[in-house]
Amino acid sequence: MNEYKNLTKQGLWDNNPALVQLLGLCPLLAVTASVTNAMGMGLATLFVLVGSNITVSLVRQFVPAEIRIPVFVMVIATFVTVVQLLMNAYVFQLYQSLGIFIPLIVTNCAIIGRAEAYASKNPWQRAAFDGLAMGVGFALVLMVLGAMREIIGNGTLFDGAELLLGEWAAQLRLELFTVNYPLLLAILPPGAFIGMGFIIALKNKIDAVRSARAEKKTVTRARVTA
Amino acid sequence: MSFRIAPSPHGHNQRNTSEMMRWVCYALVPGVLLQSYFFGPGIWFQMILAVATSVIAEMACTVARNRPAFSALRDNTALVTAVLLAISIPSLAPWWVIVIGTLFAIVVVKHVYGGMGQNLFNPAMAGYVLLLISFPVQMTNWLPASTISEHSLTLWQTLHTIIFEYTPSGYSVEQLRAGIDGVTMATPLDTIKTGLTQGYTLTEIYQGREFSYFAGAGWQWINLGFLVGGLLLIQQRIISWHIPLGFVAGLCVPAFLAHIFAPDLMPGPIVHALSGATMLGAFFIATDPVSAATSNRGRVIFALLIGFLVFVIRSWGGYPDAVAFAVLLANMCVPFIDRYTRPVVYGHGD
Repeated sequence: MNEYKNLTKQGLWDNNPALVQLLGLCPLLAVTASVTNAMGMGLATLFVLVGSNITVSLVRQFVPAEIRIPVFVMVIATFVTVVQLLMNAYVFQLYQSLGIFIPLIVTNCAIIGRAEAYASKNPWQRAAFDGLAMGVGFALVLMVLGAMREIIGNGTLFDGAELLLGEWAAQLRLELFTVNYPLLLAILPPGAFIGMGFIIALKNKIDAVRSARAEKKTVTRARVTA
Repeated sequence: MSFRIAPSPHGHNQRNTSEMMRWVCYALVPGVLLQSYFFGPGIWFQMILAVATSVIAEMACTVARNRPAFSALRDNTALVTAVLLAISIPSLAPWWVIVIGTLFAIVVVKHVYGGMGQNLFNPAMAGYVLLLISFPVQMTNWLPASTISEHSLTLWQTLHTIIFEYTPSGYSVEQLRAGIDGVTMATPLDTIKTGLTQGYTLTEIYQGREFSYFAGAGWQWINLGFLVGGLLLIQQRIISWHIPLGFVAGLCVPAFLAHIFAPDLMPGPIVHALSGATMLGAFFIATDPVSAATSNRGRVIFALLIGFLVFVIRSWGGYPDAVAFAVLLANMCVPFIDRYTRPVVYGHGD
């Protein structure tokens, strides 16, 4: 059980693919203009990550080390194709707004990174859980960034959520404030870079505060007498 | 009597940052006076708003960083950033434009990077680019110069327009830009750009009301005003000649060659030098001692790069003027330039 706890902690915080490993920045920066897009991208990546981790882990005994990378890429590409076709069939509008970035999930280094670093060395249950933790960590960062950009740029939250979650989700749409002139920078790619910088800085700050607090607690009494 | 032995460098510059920045403000006066003559008193309101915002932002940032609140204000750098940004934006832009721009410049571009002396990018220009990208309509609403304009606004009308986006009698800025024939007038560089895309030649474009003697009506005098102020800065040794000269050379030499090659399609060097933000950029913006290159050789390369980028973007880019983009792009190259133009230490050369 301890291994699973550790995997959760690694994926969500300590070794978060987006905040610490800084992998998969291309989709992270490109499609997070709104929470809905970010959620769609996050779920697609999560699915691919879990699927590829399980498959890679299952075939790890049969794959010669020399050609493992091409094999991993093929496995990932298969799952990306599955996701792409599924999204094309069931969430067509979201599929259109994510565009080229769905097929580009195959180039997301976070996925092949997990296949190489973890799934190819561990049994499939653990690999699946690792994919889940990493994927959720990635998706959460996407959604936080998407929420920031959507609020600053558009004044809304969950705009267009019905495209992903079905009709009931149209009620989720929050109009925080109305803007006559949206702050376009937040919606455009530079806003993603700046917002990402702030999120990473916040994460590092939290870590610094926590480690400072932890240090204070563990002060040991110095011996003053010999 | 004791002789104090100090280690090198033996600098003898008696001026501190605060005084240098004060001189920069004095040198801006001729250009700003001309700008307020040609584009109305709005620039003063913009400056007041910008300076007030920058003072509050600077104090908030220093307090948040556990420093005494007034320590950073004393060096006047925030003041110069605010004033430069206020000069760069259209004088009738709504009040929130300059407030957002100044906040971004001080908080994100300056203090997030570590405060005075640490910023990678020129704060005023980064703020300007944020505004230009986010609010393209408000940021390109330049009135025609007062000499050719049909409307002239009083102080109260100007203030009303900046606060409510309409004059007391209900005109929008867009309507104020129209000439007597109802056709909206743009800035000279904008007019050249649209004219050329519509297939006019420069000779035809220069017949327009927007142009007089050397370049755009109004704009040419403002540029000359900033040139005079800039020369004062060089005379006072606040800035060295390398950056302004490099900037103008990098802009005008390619412009001259292109003009010879295609006289009816490429504006000549004088039009380039006296249009848009050329002189303001060359003497006041590119010379920012923090974000520019360090050595004299590096400064020349840095400035040539800015000038050339301005020429390229003005000629083929999507925006009519380019000083802000060029300065930011060159700022990014500064670490690289500094690395390869490091002066040889005496006795350590080849």
